[in-house]
Amino acid sequence: MPKIIVEIMPKQDLLDPQGKAVANALVRGGNKDISGVRIGKRIELHFDREVTEQDIEEAKKQAKEFLSNDVIEDVVAVTVEN
Amino acid sequence: MFKNKNQPSGVDTVENAKSEPDKDQPWKELGLKQDEYESIKEILNRRPTSSELAMYSVMWSEHCSYKSSKIYLRQFGEKVTPDMKKHLMVGMGENAGVVDIGEGLAVTFKVESHNHPSYIEPFQGAATGVGGIVRDILSMGARPVAVMDQLRFGAPQDPDTARVVHGVVDGISFYGNCLGLPNIGGETVFDKVYQGNPLVNALSIGALKHEDLQLAKATNPGDLVILFGARTGADGIGGVSVLASETFGDEGPTKRPAVQVGDPFAEKVLIECCLELFHAGVVAGIQDLGGAGISCATSELASNGGKGMKIQLKNVLLRDESLTPEEILMSESQERMCAVVPKKKLKDFEKIVNKWEVEYSVLGEVVDEDRLYIDWGHEEIVNVPPRTVAHDGPVYDRPVEYPKYQDALNADSSSKLKRAENETEAAAQLMELISSPNHADKSWITNQYDKYVMGNTALAMPDDGGMIRISEETGLGVALATDANGKYCYLDPYVGARQALAESYRNVAVTGAAPRAVTNCLNFGSPENPEVMWQFKQATAGLADACQELGIPVTGGNVSFYNQTGETAIYPTPVVGVLGVIDDVARRVPSGWQDDGNNIYLLGTTYDELDGSAWAKDLHNHLGGRPPNVDLQKEKELASLLYGATQQGIIEAAHDVSEGGLGIAILEASLRFNVGARIWLTELMERDGVDLTAALFSESQSRVIVSVGREDDVKFQALCEARDVPVLRIGVTDKENQAVDIQGVAKLELEAIRGAWAGVLPGLY
Repeated sequence: MPKIIVEIMPKQDLLDPQGKAVANALVRGGNKDISGVRIGKRIELHFDREVTEQDIEEAKKQAKEFLSNDVIEDVVAVTVEN
Repeated sequence: MFKNKNQPSGVDTVENAKSEPDKDQPWKELGLKQDEYESIKEILNRRPTSSELAMYSVMWSEHCSYKSSKIYLRQFGEKVTPDMKKHLMVGMGENAGVVDIGEGLAVTFKVESHNHPSYIEPFQGAATGVGGIVRDILSMGARPVAVMDQLRFGAPQDPDTARVVHGVVDGISFYGNCLGLPNIGGETVFDKVYQGNPLVNALSIGALKHEDLQLAKATNPGDLVILFGARTGADGIGGVSVLASETFGDEGPTKRPAVQVGDPFAEKVLIECCLELFHAGVVAGIQDLGGAGISCATSELASNGGKGMKIQLKNVLLRDESLTPEEILMSESQERMCAVVPKKKLKDFEKIVNKWEVEYSVLGEVVDEDRLYIDWGHEEIVNVPPRTVAHDGPVYDRPVEYPKYQDALNADSSSKLKRAENETEAAAQLMELISSPNHADKSWITNQYDKYVMGNTALAMPDDGGMIRISEETGLGVALATDANGKYCYLDPYVGARQALAESYRNVAVTGAAPRAVTNCLNFGSPENPEVMWQFKQATAGLADACQELGIPVTGGNVSFYNQTGETAIYPTPVVGVLGVIDDVARRVPSGWQDDGNNIYLLGTTYDELDGSAWAKDLHNHLGGRPPNVDLQKEKELASLLYGATQQGIIEAAHDVSEGGLGIAILEASLRFNVGARIWLTELMERDGVDLTAALFSESQSRVIVSVGREDDVKFQALCEARDVPVLRIGVTDKENQAVDIQGVAKLELEAIRGAWAGVLPGLY
């Protein structure tokens, strides 16, 4: 199925409580070399047809304005799997 | 990597400040005024280093220094009699006031604003608002036991209101519920005047034993200064990037976020860790880190104790190694505390924080000098008298001007509005009002909050006040209510502020508690606007006078200025919280009828006071005239009557008559436990000389409706007479008929009322 994949991460400078909790758990589990974890989200937009350039433009717009909260998050990638 | 340890790091040092006196500094970008910058130079006898500039600019900001409000806030201290202070253990000026409630117990409570962050990022803004006020309470040595929130949103139908409402309510419930604190009340008001500037005020209450009281001061030279809790990151320091770019010139300002992200689970651990530290007696002074971060904590601890400090800033544990010293000083990272610990207690301190897996680092120690020294490695970057940073900031007597619109506003009374012409129209207006967003059921919001966690909640929304049991052995508890009517304050800020106090006082009294102390959060527009300053002057005078008349002291609070959309200021909104004490929460009085056939009484007198009312604003979109008259002597008598009658167990239910008038109060009291009532208003209209519209919708003060068992009638009437409180039987409770039957007006089925009332907020959001 053709899809556009949007990847969003919490802004680098901001606290990521979820990442911090998971990092602590990993270290407690013996993974001593992991020095940090940050957790973002991956959003798939599915299509029943081939993805067009226009779709990608629209997805980028939605990624910035609707799918992410640009006060605290960054869109790090918008990719296509046709 | 191979840097010589003694190479200069490039930071602006005290040495530099002396050798390059004429360096351009971005004081303006940091919000300082020319004369403020000049007075910093005067204090230091040289230009400030960029770190010092960062500290002064943030500590001398309106938010931290109260520079525009200080001259008015003084009267809360001056207008206090020794008698008012008899229960006060800690008054204004500390993190929160502390009130003795007997049995060796005390409570601390305070309300604070988090308005601006909650507009930019509603979820995190509201969440960290809760986190911040809880740390204030914790730093007094108390265990936080409850929270409340006072919210003002824009027009209910505006699409941006939905963004703010969802974010704020989710943020409050997320942080509070994760902490495991009950949210026992508050207010929600919609008005387009708050469209670009919602108000998110957060209140917290904590309980402590007298001997556990902690203060924010560093008094013993040699004691260690320890920062513990979360690591320091680049939270909430958007503004300082300008400094970083000044200092490091090459790559331009880095974009730092202006908001903070909270972690309630880290805060929960911090609470338990701090309480254990207090009980073990290892802490000599403690301060939470909120606005202005380390700048505030170090300078205030030192200034409060009349001592100095020597700090090594490189010892601060960082989340992000790229932070500059200026940014570290100003960071508002959440969930951090600063403790002053005697050296010989360090081992005990370490044992406890390690047990809770809380990170800490020793920043430095208290010194016997009036100086705050901060080093960055081997270089000295701050060398200032702590008092000049923390307490001796600028004080402004800003221009005050009677608003140009005021006379016309007061002359534009509600008398021209169309009143209900007959009974059918009156009933229709009542139904319209109960289904308007400001009077509709708020449980869509409050149901998202945990109300009963910890098992000590005796009353919560929708009752008039929240009540918490403090002693599980004796049932000793406290009640809390908050109120502010922005419309009344706009019409007359002096009277409006008195009314806010009167109403929250009354709301505490109806629960059966005796009012004891006050906190406030004064939300206003820009202090640089003389008309706003006039509102502030009037409101603070009104509140201070009213506290004196009621004999309860202000214990602390917060001022929030610059609440406006463009040039339009919000209505002056002085949120007033009153704390009351009840010997046994088992005697609490709920706000709705319960048993069948009990008499319903209206206490107080109804005047034709519809200006500024919900009837005028929400039904006719009119705001003008004069707010209802406030008579505090009457409030006192009414409260004393309610207290006396509750002690004797006479009152079954009591509900404050306020916004929306008697009509709304009756419907709310019936909806509370789904018990109907038969009501007659003709006697009231005759006695007080008012028409049906005024009888139903007037917002005359000092009124309460109560239900009393038939067997206690004579006793109750005698109590009213003894205290000279006007009393009139206006109905009986009726469990059989599921309706509010206002005789001669309309019989409103409870199901129909509930349908109109409960679906409004879920429909909007």
